[in-house]
Amino acid sequence: MATGTPARAPIKWQVARLVERRVETATAQTLVLEVPDWPGHLPGQHVDVRLTAPDGYQAARSYSIAGPAVDGPGGPRIEVTVQRVPDGEVSPYLIDVFGAGDPVEVRGPLGGWFIWRSEDTAPVQLVAGGSGIVPLMAMIRARRAVGSKVPFRLIYSVRTAQDVIYADELRRRGRDDFGLDVAYVYTREAPDGWRGEPHRVGLADVNTHGWPPDLEPLTYVCGPTGFVEAVADLLVGLGHASRRIRTERFGPTG
Amino acid sequence: MGIVSPGFSGRPRTQEPALPPGQYLTEDFPVLSAGPTPRVSLDTWEFVISAENGTEYRWSWQELMALPQETPMVDIHCVTHWSKLGTTWQGVSLDTLLDGVDTGAHFALAHSYGGYTTNLPLDDLRGGRAWVAHTFDGAPLPAEHGGPARLLVPHLYFWKSAKWVRGIRLKTMDEPGFWETAGYHDYGDPWREQRYQGD
Ligand SMILES: Cc1cc2nc3c(=O)[nH]c(=O)nc-3n(C[C@H](O)[C@H](O)[C@H](O)COP(=O)(O)OP(=O)(O)OC[C@H]3O[C@@H](n4cnc5c(N)ncnc54)[C@H](O)[C@@H]3O)c2cc1C
Repeated sequence: MATGTPARAPIKWQVARLVERRVETATAQTLVLEVPDWPGHLPGQHVDVRLTAPDGYQAARSYSIAGPAVDGPGGPRIEVTVQRVPDGEVSPYLIDVFGAGDPVEVRGPLGGWFIWRSEDTAPVQLVAGGSGIVPLMAMIRARRAVGSKVPFRLIYSVRTAQDVIYADELRRRGRDDFGLDVAYVYTREAPDGWRGEPHRVGLADVNTHGWPPDLEPLTYVCGPTGFVEAVADLLVGLGHASRRIRTERFGPTG
Repeated sequence: MGIVSPGFSGRPRTQEPALPPGQYLTEDFPVLSAGPTPRVSLDTWEFVISAENGTEYRWSWQELMALPQETPMVDIHCVTHWSKLGTTWQGVSLDTLLDGVDTGAHFALAHSYGGYTTNLPLDDLRGGRAWVAHTFDGAPLPAEHGGPARLLVPHLYFWKSAKWVRGIRLKTMDEPGFWETAGYHDYGDPWREQRYQGD
C-alpha cells in the first residue's frame, strides 16, 4: 500500500435489480437499476456490471452512469444506457434478456478522471460520438440538478437523427437550460432542415460549436476509439492544451 | 461465484486458455488513455532514469536502438477486462537500462510525454519482466498505443505499462501515479484482481 494516499474503502460488488427500462433508439436502451448501498457518484463515473452463468462463468463490462442517482422506494437508483454491439457478449443480454426484477452485480462508482465537478467554473465543451453521449449527459443533467450557470456546449455526432440518444430531453434542455448549446453532426444522413452534408466531426464543427482555446475550456470527448482519437487531435491542433482535454474511449475499435 | 443472471450463458467456450479472473479474450488491441495522443519526434525523444540521489542516466533514440534488443512474446491484461495473448514486441530490457544505475530505491515512478505517471516497485522492473518497447507485431509501435516507446510490464495490469514513456524516477518512498491517485490499485496484479484501491 502506498504511503501518503488516504485509505479508501474497497469498492465491493453488490446486487442491483432492474426496475425500469426505457427504449432510447432502435439499438440503445436505458436501464434503471436499484442499488441499495449506492454511495453516490460524480458525473462521468462508471460502473462495472458483472454477469454470472449457471456454470460460474463471469463476464464484466463498464457502463457510464447516465445521471445523478435518484431515490426510490427500495433505495437509490442509477441509470445506465447500453448500446447493442452486434455479436457482443454482454450488451445484447442487457438489452434483450435481462428482465424487470432480475438481479445483476455492479461495482462502483469507478473512474476519477473523466468527471466534471460543479465547483469548476471553466466553460465546458462536450464532444460525443454515438453512445459516448452517456457520461456527457450525466454532466448536463448534473449541471441542471445543481443549478450551475457554467456555460456548456455539446457537439453530438450521430449517424442519423434516429440514432440520437436522449433526443427529447436534449431538445428540451437545449431550449430551457440556460447556457447549454447543443449541436449535431450527422455522419450518414442529415435530417431535413439541417444545413450541410453528412460528414464526420471536423475543424469547422469544433470551431463553430466549441469554445475557442483562449477561454481555456475543459473538454470531455467520449465515443468509439477512432472518433476520440480524431477529435482530440483536432482540438490539440486548434490550440487547446492537452491537459484540459479529457477523453474516454468506448470499445476496442473505432 | 456471484449471483446467477437469469438467462445468461456467456459466449460459447471451448477450452478457454487460462486467463486471470474477470478477463475475457480479445483479438483487437483496444486503446484506453485519459487524453489526446501525444506525438513525440524521434529527434528529441529521450529516456531518462533519475536516481534518488539526483543522478540522471539518459538515452537518445539512437542510443536506445544500439543497446541489446529483446523480442518478448507476452500476454497482456487490461483492467477494463480484456486480455490479449501471445503479443510480440521488441525493446530493451529494463535490466539492461538499470545495469550500472547506482540506486538503493525500492520504488519507481514511470512518467510519460503528455504527463502520465504510474508507480511500480523497482523489483518488478527487474528480472527480465519489463522492457522499453518500441515495436509491436513487427512494426513501429503506433502513437495511440504509446509509440514511439512505451513501458511493457506484462505481469501487471496494462495501465502500468506507461505509454509514451519518457523516463523513470527512482524513489525511496512509493508515490501513486495518475490512475492510482484516481482510485486504481497501487500494484495491479491481474491474477489477484487488484483493480481498485482496497482490492
Ligand atoms: C469506461 C467505459 C464506459 C463505457 N460506457 C458505456 C456506455 O455508457 N454505454 C455503452 O453502450 N457502452 C459503454 N462502454 C462499452 C462497454 O463496456 C462494452 O464494451 C460494450 O457494451 C460491448 O460489450 P459486449 O460484451 O456486448 O461486446 P463484446 O463481446 O465485448 O465484443 C463483441 C465485438 O464487438 C466489438 N466491440 C466491443 N465493444 C465495442 C464497442 N463499444 N463499439 C463497437 N464495437 C465493440 C469487439 O471488438 C468484438 O468484436 C464503456 C466502456 C468503458 C471502458
